[in-house]
Formats: sequence, structure tokens, C-alpha cells
Amino acid sequence: MQDRKTASGAEVPAASDRWTGRPIERFEDASLLTGQQRYIDDIGVPPGTLHAAFVRSPHAHANIEYLDVRAALASPGIHAVITGRDIKRYTRPFTVGVKAPMEHWSLAIDRVRYQGEPVAIVLGETPYIAEDGAALVTTSYVPLPAVVDTLEAMNPDTILLHDALESNVIADRQFVYGDPTAAFDTAPHTIQVDVCYPRNSVTPIECNGVIASYHAGDSSYEVTSNFQGPFALHPVMAMALQVPGNRLRLISPPASGGSFGTKHSVFTYIVALCVAARLSQRPVKWIEDRLEHLMAATSATSRMTTLKAAVDINGRIAALDWDQIDDCGAYLRAPEPATIYRMHGNMTGAYNIRHLAVRNRNVLTNKTPSGLVRGFGGPQVYFALERLMHRIALALHIDPIEVIKTNLISSQDFPYRTASGGSYDSGDYTGVVQKALDSGFLACLEEHRSVARAAGRCYGIGLAAIVEPSISNMGYITTVLSADERERAGPKGGAVATATVSVDALGGVSAHIASVPQGQGHVTVIAQVIADSFAISPDEVLVNTELDTGRDAWSVASGNYSSRFSGAVAGAAHMAAQRLRRRISEIAAAHFGCEADDIIFANGRIGSRTGNTSIPFRRLAATSHWAQATLPQGMHPVIRETVFWSPDVLAPPNSDDEINSSAAHGFVFDICGVEVDRETGRVTVKKYLTVHDAGLLLNPALANGQIRGGFSNAMGAALFEHFKYGPDGSFLSGTFADYTVPTAAEIPDIEIVHFETASPVTPLGAKGIGEGNCMSTPVCIANAVADALGIESIELPLTPSRLQSMLADKEPPPPPSHPMANDDLPPELQKYTVVGNGTTIVPMPPHRVWSHLLDVESLRSIVPGCQSLENFGNHEYRGRMALGVGIVKGAFDVSVRLKNLNPKSSLTLLGEAAGPLGVSKGEAIVRLAADTNGARVDYHYGFDLSGKVASIGGRMIKGAACLLIAEFFNRLASHEGPSAASRGTPKSRWQSLLLLLRTRIREFFSGGNK
Amino acid sequence: MKPAPFDYVQARSLREAVDLVAQYGPDARLLAGGQSLIAMLNMRLVTPRILIDISEMSASAYIRTSDDHITIGCATRQSEVERWPELKRYAPLLLLVLPWIGHIQTRSRGTICGSIAHADPSSELPLCLVLLNGQVDLVSAERTRTIDGAAFYDGVLQTARRSGEVISQVRFPLLPPSYGVAFNELGQRRGDFAIVAVAAIATSDTIRLAVAGASDRPETCELGVMSGKDLDDSLNAFAWSLNCQDDLHATARYRRQLIRALGRKTIEEALACRS
Repeated sequence: MQDRKTASGAEVPAASDRWTGRPIERFEDASLLTGQQRYIDDIGVPPGTLHAAFVRSPHAHANIEYLDVRAALASPGIHAVITGRDIKRYTRPFTVGVKAPMEHWSLAIDRVRYQGEPVAIVLGETPYIAEDGAALVTTSYVPLPAVVDTLEAMNPDTILLHDALESNVIADRQFVYGDPTAAFDTAPHTIQVDVCYPRNSVTPIECNGVIASYHAGDSSYEVTSNFQGPFALHPVMAMALQVPGNRLRLISPPASGGSFGTKHSVFTYIVALCVAARLSQRPVKWIEDRLEHLMAATSATSRMTTLKAAVDINGRIAALDWDQIDDCGAYLRAPEPATIYRMHGNMTGAYNIRHLAVRNRNVLTNKTPSGLVRGFGGPQVYFALERLMHRIALALHIDPIEVIKTNLISSQDFPYRTASGGSYDSGDYTGVVQKALDSGFLACLEEHRSVARAAGRCYGIGLAAIVEPSISNMGYITTVLSADERERAGPKGGAVATATVSVDALGGVSAHIASVPQGQGHVTVIAQVIADSFAISPDEVLVNTELDTGRDAWSVASGNYSSRFSGAVAGAAHMAAQRLRRRISEIAAAHFGCEADDIIFANGRIGSRTGNTSIPFRRLAATSHWAQATLPQGMHPVIRETVFWSPDVLAPPNSDDEINSSAAHGFVFDICGVEVDRETGRVTVKKYLTVHDAGLLLNPALANGQIRGGFSNAMGAALFEHFKYGPDGSFLSGTFADYTVPTAAEIPDIEIVHFETASPVTPLGAKGIGEGNCMSTPVCIANAVADALGIESIELPLTPSRLQSMLADKEPPPPPSHPMANDDLPPELQKYTVVGNGTTIVPMPPHRVWSHLLDVESLRSIVPGCQSLENFGNHEYRGRMALGVGIVKGAFDVSVRLKNLNPKSSLTLLGEAAGPLGVSKGEAIVRLAADTNGARVDYHYGFDLSGKVASIGGRMIKGAACLLIAEFFNRLASHEGPSAASRGTPKSRWQSLLLLLRTRIREFFSGGNK
Repeated sequence: MKPAPFDYVQARSLREAVDLVAQYGPDARLLAGGQSLIAMLNMRLVTPRILIDISEMSASAYIRTSDDHITIGCATRQSEVERWPELKRYAPLLLLVLPWIGHIQTRSRGTICGSIAHADPSSELPLCLVLLNGQVDLVSAERTRTIDGAAFYDGVLQTARRSGEVISQVRFPLLPPSYGVAFNELGQRRGDFAIVAVAAIATSDTIRLAVAGASDRPETCELGVMSGKDLDDSLNAFAWSLNCQDDLHATARYRRQLIRALGRKTIEEALACRS
């Protein structure tokens, strides 16, 4: 517990007999670390279970012309193929918190809107057979222009993702609190930042998994999945399946391999697989693979923010004006638009700012739908707000720490009501910041910075002060509706936490909570909390974290999200234990002949303050099972207590759009020092201090685990992770070599300090601590890097390549001997993602080259891997090719059309290819000229590529394409047409290779010369 | 991410491996360590009819030394070479390079020859083969031939190895003790594919430099011993000559920058460690 410092504010009761607050070791770890825990994929399935494989769209945007499942169905071991048509028959579109005519189904119907969108489910006897079957489903698509850029999506002339919508902007709300206009009018300075937060995620080791069954007897669905909430999605699933809530039994196993929010995304699959189980009359199992998870599960929203502050000359902020645009992907999927509203009550962060304007827009683009990711809305908000604080300091030549201190909410103002209706339950922000400064950490970094800069090194310091909300208000999402719409829909609010504590026939204590852990250590903390109520040891308490909606107590707020465990779930468990303790006290009072208030629990025994005797807790606690006659008159048996607790501070949004979006609010203050290598652009985080006040800590060791975990995720967001899409909407980050999650080797050690200001709102005075660093760390590091580089604008992730180009505004020019960059890219090729050009010399006159290019026989032998090619007239050819580079090979259906034919001088080739590895579309412009050695062939080409190979092959695609295209022209050069046959010896592979090398040497990509 | 069906056979000897390759031709794939191939199988980028596992051929798992080279058999794991006590003496460059190849877990399965055969443009071992101008011995049912490292790579995942051939072993020449070697690499994370990797050999009058990750194969250049602006200019010319590409992780410009920066650093280190 070396990190823990003396608490300021309310002291933790130091009673050594209390388990709560102690950093005890986790009970979970032995089973987790020795492979004894059971995860979704380890759970046995009923006999006859079929395995599902999804057929997914290789296009970001396309109409589905037809789906041919015959070959798949005819394949041995395949039992059924479920398509959008079946989904339409048995389900309804998913409901979402915005009133808009957008239809989102669990399988695409008629149109696909993101790469990876599921279009069919193939059910086979094994996962292997199912995947073999999925490769046999033929889908014919008519591609549509993809809307990828957020601003482009908002352009009224852009193609609509959903024809029934008037705009791709599916929600647009403006809020005004106080009088921001007047504040901006009178302020001496308006300071603004324009920032983007990227699409990223926090990726669990275990991906989504579902085992679904349909019980015809009672027309009910039973699902075991690693779904972890929010259980507000249970009614969304039941409504989609068109069954009452009690006909959808949802079971979550007691452990999962992580979620970080992302596993909420399993809910659309649950609905699709329920239909599959019903139609196949078999249980159905599906385990998501990594490519599916990265490509199509979920993502944090990317957000474009313009944030302005009305500031006086001392850096004091009078008003904020937010303009936030969230890219929510192809469908607004529940719980969206929650990312943008989760923070609505705390848009002024840790600062006392009374005037506030907010505009929130949610935009649809051809990308994977966004959703819950650890930090949820916080990283986006604080990246703007804390960059703004840094910018204010720069603009006004004030030390950044002074700007923060000047604006912090002062300690006597708690509970503090924010401009937008948030209620900060407790805190001592100025005290925490002052104590962090008193430690000398910042002064030490400032010294490091002077030394480093004097030596010509690039060193910077970053700060961030943030409010960490926890225990989300179930009603905050309705802030997206107008007050009238809310009135009609009925008020929504609260956040019910549920816990059950029971005693068994031998006096053993068990607990059940409606929150499935993702690795946080729920079992340990609940056992600590309950042990204190009965003065027993935590290892005597058995904690059950499975959740079964058909059997257990739960409510819509149940689940593991919004850092609600410590404040709400552990609090409810404490209340249930206290209620049981009170009733056992009454039984004990009857036994000892005293008042219940005189009963004491100590060392596993129950006794009376007034007498000297005591009996074992176990014996008395079991009384209700065995000896009801000994209970006090009129007392019901005391066996089990369930508590439903909701914080009373979570009212629905009021008519002025004020909302307390979370019940508890912690505080985080971070300071870091970074160094950026001038030559490589690599960032090293040299020192990092994170100071937390998350109320009373239930287990400081676990709290530190949350901080270190959140910090690691945030290092990913700051420096490494980004879901990238091509301009055609192709998804490019489909493996962990492309989506680069930092490993232990990339995470520096950090210093952690805790302060504990009890929350008056939660039963144990605790607040959430799971997400704070996901919110504070990305911007703290960004501020430090901006300081190091002396730049205003900064974009995440801070990759070496990006930073190096900022460090050196231009690179040394090529030597004079270097061939000049190819800047004559024909305009018709500029729309393509990959472009290139080359030149080859063909040892035959141009007219003969021309005749080969127009002759289907010749083309068959020139086109690499050509298996068949037929002339469909009008210079149109179709066929099949086995294209490959190295060991990679894939079959493609290919169509080629020639146009712009200028005999013997130029032509354009338009081509399309589609196969299980992906789809591609492109063109090549070929020019012929006479050369002393025959014909000189100049070619320019451009193509787009999407589907699997684009998602996983990013590193090598250009090189591979170069090779294939060069091979085509090489084969043309070495082609032995009928007229050339007389010239004798066919070229050997060696000669071909030499030609290929020659071609390659002459070749350069325009992309390579930027 | 489940592979398409395939048959699996474990070859007990090089002879058997060659016979199997001859029998199945292009439908067969050799499984040497599987650290790239298995992932590609799962992605169905590769769908062979048969996998011929050559990694358990005990007679081909060796490190042999002679007066002028070391020879590594096709079943020798990277970790075995990494742990070989004589590595510093016989192959100081491999000593520097091996810890950068993937992770300790992948090196315990991956083989030296498998990596050389796979021809990933970012890989470190092909870089060493080309820089040292080692040799690759290829065996087929018909004959045995040897290819110089400099001529082995044709492009992304492409080598001079033909269908029907198995790499039986590779040879790395020993360097005189007076030569200095150095290696540097920059990837996103520890163990990642290199954005650029640079290795250099310095003698009293020449510097030989090789880079991986910049082009579709390892590329080399020879420089006289130089420093200062001359060295910077030469590295810049080399960087521009390489047809660097943009990809997900880095721009072409950044790759050229790394060739200039890591190139100079690596050359300086190589010069400094000459004895």
C-alpha cells in the first residue's frame, strides 16, 4: 500500500477490525492465473448445438442485389443459412433513444452500411464447417459511394445512409445554461480549440460469445452470453424479438475475459442468433473472432469539437461554448447517443463556470456503430476541455497550473451544482491540487525540462484536472429529446442497484450481485463489505456473480459499466447485509433476552453487550432454517435479503434540460513529463503522477489496479490505437499488428496518490475509479507533447511518424540524380486509394502489343493466375483468376472492360474483382510508344480494395499490388503470341525475373514520393 | 478465423520433406515454425491441401561452424540460436538482431530458415542474410542448388525458391574480428514488425548498410568510411532511392527519415565497435 497517502477531508475509519478499506489480495486470482476460471467458450453446450459463422459485407456501402445460399446449403454438415429475410420475419428493428425513422436490424436487409456488417448466418456442425459454408455464400452487391468523413456526411448533398432520414445528422440539440452570449460579449478574450478525438477502443482478450436456444413449449428464448450490461438493453432485445421480457432469459457466466464496455455490442448478435436457434430448432453457439471484433463489434465515437471559452485577463473562464459532432457509425445503436450525453451534467469539468452553451450533433457514416468503451464520453470531452486550458495559458502567457487553479471549484462550494444540472456530491479539488504541488513533483519536472531543453532535447510537461463521473443516470440519454418529447415518453431517471445476501442451513453467508465482473475483483470487495456486517472473515463469504434474468434480482441499470460497482453495487450489498444483520440481531436479542441494539457481532460470534455469553454466528444465523419456533413472536424466517437501491439524486432531466447525469463525481489530477526524440518522433513518458479522490476506497490495491489498467488503456489511446478506414470506407485495422495495443513493455510505471473525500450519496461513501485515467491521461500526454514541440494543434494517436513530421517541417530533398516525383497522375485515377505507375519495354512493335491487349487468347496467358476469361463482346471480359503473392492465394471473379481505345497508342482498362479475400475495383491507363527495343508501355493505375485483405494486409498491400501489376506487364513483355513464335526460345523464368526487376527498378509510386 | 480443411504430415527427414513437396507440388505448404503461416491459415489467406511440417526433423536442427561460416539447419528454432553460447563469437550481428524478432514466445517456435523463406519485407533475418551476403541451400527431388542472399528476394513474400524446393540450410559468413557490426530498429511497439530496421558492417575502409521495412525487400548500399555531411548526403540518397511506401503506421517520408537517422546511428555504432 505504498501509494496510499493520508486522507484529507473525511478520514477513513481506521478500525483495524474492518475489512473494507484494506488492500487484501484478490480471491479471484488463483483461478484466473491458473486457467481454472470458466469463460463462455468453456461452457458446455446442449447436444445437437450448431455453430454459427457470419457472412459479412466486404463493402462499406452497397445494395444487396441477391444472396445465393444454395452452394452453402448443399455443403455437408451445413444445416441452415439465416438471412435478412428471416430476420425481417421474426424481429423488429432495434429501438434507440432518438425518434428517427432509421431501421437497424440484426442482419443487413437489402443494404449494407459498414464493412463487416453481418448479412447471413451459416449454421454448421462445427465452427470450421460453418466457416467453410460461409465462404460458399455468394452475395452480389451494387456498391454505393461510402460516406466516411464526418463533415462530408453532414453535407446536405451527400448520399444518405438511410433513405428515410432527412440527413445523416440523426440528432442535433442545442442547450443554453445561464447567459453565455453576454459572457462572450463582455469577456476580454475568446479562446478556442478545434480538436478531433479518434475512433478507438479498449480491446478485451475474450471476444463476444453467445449460446442461444428457443423453447417452443413456452415460446421463450434462453441465451447464455458474455453480455455484461447495461441491462437496459434487455428490453431492447426482447422488443426486437417481439416477446415479453419474461420470454427472454439472459444468463451471463460468472467470469469474463474483459469487456471495458465493448461487450454490450453482443446484443444485436443475441437477437440474430435467437432467430437462428428458432429456425434451425437447435441450440446455436457463436464465438466472435478477433477480426470480427476489431472490424465490426464497436468503437468509441470519434468526435470533432470546437470549444470556445470567454476568458478574462487572468485566465478566469466565464463561459464555455461547445460544438460537438459525434461520428456514431452506420446505425445509431443503443445505448447511443449516450456517449455524448453521459457527460452532459459535467461539461464544465472541474471548473466553476456558470454560463454554458452546448450543441450536440450525432452523425451517421459508413463505419462500425459506436458504443460503450471504457471512459465513455469522458476522453472526448476532456481532450477538448483540457487542451483548451493549456491553450488559454499559452495565449495569455500564464502558467498552465495557474489557469487550472484559478478556475477550480472551491472546496466550500460542495455539493456543487453545475450549470447544466450536474450535482457534484463532494470533493476538495483545490486541496488535492495544492497537495500534489506541495509534493514537488511539478517543480521537479520543470527542472528536468530546463536541463533537457538546454541540451537541445525536446521535453514537455502536461497537466489535466478532470471530474470522473460514476453511476450513470438511466435518464440522461433522454436529454437528446426535447422537453416535450420527454413529456410524452414519460420521465426516465434513477439507477437501480441490486444485491442479495443470504444465510444457508449451516449459517454460511452468500451474496449475489447484478454485476458480472470483467476482472475488477468484485468477489473480493463484496466479501470484504459483507464480512464487516457480520464480523466474519471475507473468505467465509461466497459471492456469486452470475446473472440470470429468469431467476435473479435485476433491473435495467444492472450490469458492469459506468464505474458503478463501488458506489452502487457494493453499496447495495452492504445495505442487504445490514438488513440481514438487523434481523439476525432481533433473533439474537430474543435468545439473549436483551434489546437488538445490545447485540454485538465479533470474531465470528454473536453476543450481547449486557451479558457475557456468545454463540457462533453460524449457529444463530441458521436458526430460521431449523428452528422457527425459537424466532421472536411474529417474525418471518430470516434467510435472504434483497436490496434495490437507487441514488435519490438521479432525477430525470427537467424542463430546462438540466440533468444530473451521474450520482457520484470523483476528481483526478495528473501531471506528466514526456520527451520526444527529435529524430524518430518517439514519445517517452518519463514521469507520471496521478492523484485521485474517488471517495472512500473499498480496497486500495484494487483501486490501484483500476488506475494502472485505465492508464494503460489511455496510453493506447494517446500513442498507439486507432481504427483506421480508407477513403472508400474499407476497414484497415483488422489485426493486432494493425490496431496496436500497447503491451507491458510500452507502459511506464506511474506514481499514484489517493485522497478520500466520502461521497454523501452512496451507501459506503465510495465513488467510481474505473475510468478516470481513460479521461485524464490522453489529454495530459497530449498537453505534454504539445508543450515539448511548442505547437498548438495536436492529434491522437501521437505516433512517431506523425510527430516526426511536426518536428521537421520539411525533409532533405532527394539528390539531383533522383527521378522526379510522378505528379502527372491522370485526374480520373485520383479518386483511388492506391495509385501507382510504371514503365516497361516490350520487345515487339506497338501494333503487336496492341493486338495482344485486345485478344482474349493472349489475355488469358498474360493475366496472372487466369483460370478462365471469356469475351462478352464490346471489349468486355469476365473470368476467374487465382491471384497470389508469395504463399497468399485467393480466387477472384473478375470482370474487365476496355475503353477509350486509341488504336496502337492508348487505352483504359476498368476492372473489378470479388472473392472471399475481398473486393477490388480499379482502372489502368496504358500508353504505347515505339522504342528502339520494341514498344515502350507506360501505365498508371489506381484501385480501391476492401474486405478481409484490406483489413489485415495493410502493411503489404502496395508492395503486393506492385508485384502483381508488374507481373502482368512482364508477362505481356515476354508473351509469345502467334506472330512472335518464329523468334524461337521461350523466355526462361530467369529472363522473366530480370525483366521484372528491370520493370521494378523503373517503377515508382506517386504515393512513395510524398 | 478457422482454417480451411487441410491434411497435415510431419516429415521425419529432409529427404521425406522433398519427396512430399515433389508429390503435392503447389498444393503443399511447408510448416517451419508457423509463426506467420498459422495466422495466415486461420485468416484463410493460405489454403493449402497439405501442410508438411519440417520443424521436427531432428537431423535438420543444427548450428555448425567452419572456418569461414556458420550453417543453420532448416529445423533450428530462433530461440536455439539465441541461446547458443558461441553466438557472440560466430555471429555478432545475429546476437544483436534475434531479440528484436517477434517475442520470446514466437522465437521459441519460429525457425531461422522459415523466416528467411517467408520474405516479409520488414523481417530482420532476411536483412541479415542480405547484409552478410549469406547463402541459401535449396534441395529438390532433382537437384541441390545454392543462391546468394543478395539474389534471394524478389519482392513482398517472394523469393527465388521454386515450387518443389525446400531450404535445407542457410549459411552466414564469419566476419573478421576487426569488422564492426550494429543494428537498430524502430517499430510501434516492442516486438512489432519494423517500420524500419537498419544493420551495418564497418571495416577499415568500407561501410555496408542494409535496411528492412522500407522497400519490398531488404536493400543494401556500400559506402566508403565517411562522416558528417558526406554521410548524411549518402544516406539521404540511399533513402530516396528505395521507393518507400506509406502504410497504416508510417509515411514514406518517415521511413526515409528513419533510414537517415537510424542509418547514421547504426553506422556510428558499427564504426565504434571495430576492434
